[in-house]
Amino acid sequence: MNWLRRGSSEPLWKEEFSVRTADERYVTRRQLTKFLVLTSLGMFVGNIWILIRSIFYKAPIYPHQPVAQLGEIPVGGVKLFSYPTKEDHCIMIRTAEDEYVSYSQKCTHLSCAVYYSQAENRLECPCHKGFFSIKDGAVLQGPPSRPLPRIVLEARGEQLVAIEVKA
Amino acid sequence: MIAILLIVQIWLLSAALESFLSGKLHTALSAAIFSGVMFLICLGLYAFVDRVDSEVRGSGNGG
Repeated sequence: MNWLRRGSSEPLWKEEFSVRTADERYVTRRQLTKFLVLTSLGMFVGNIWILIRSIFYKAPIYPHQPVAQLGEIPVGGVKLFSYPTKEDHCIMIRTAEDEYVSYSQKCTHLSCAVYYSQAENRLECPCHKGFFSIKDGAVLQGPPSRPLPRIVLEARGEQLVAIEVKA
Repeated sequence: MIAILLIVQIWLLSAALESFLSGKLHTALSAAIFSGVMFLICLGLYAFVDRVDSEVRGSGNGG
């Protein structure tokens, strides 16, 4: 019965379909080009998606929400609040006797929480050292490419009311 | 050439997304048009490569 035994340790299918491994893995010029063109199509579809989102974009309606009392925080002081939803954390700074500014606390780079540095008079993201201007939320330094969304505040009587988010 | 176009398209997509997120909606149209043009060029190049490949294989088999 020795004549029935195979001499090779390779599986039977490899002997019967003897395709070289290098040939199995060979990517033809046509296959590579097809892959690149399909990726290009994907990029185009992504741009179309952004275009559709831009066309059908509706400006959100923001609630008017009291966020602090006038004089509640001292000059140079900070108050944290949520606006327009509980998940959107914001930071308010009293920069002068009658001047308040407020921004989203989410860094526009990777969404770390920014904090106010009184010594440098700027908003700082501790994750990647992204710094934002206290005046308008513009990027001063670091990886973020967009300014911090600004929360528009309005004084109504003794209250400070958040009325809008400006990207 | 296709790879270069693809890199430009990737950059264009990220720039368009960045603009969209920062509220600048008018950039989306021009980005989509440019991306479409680049895709068409890629498609043309693919058709060219495909044709050349077929011809090479055809002549290879014949010879």
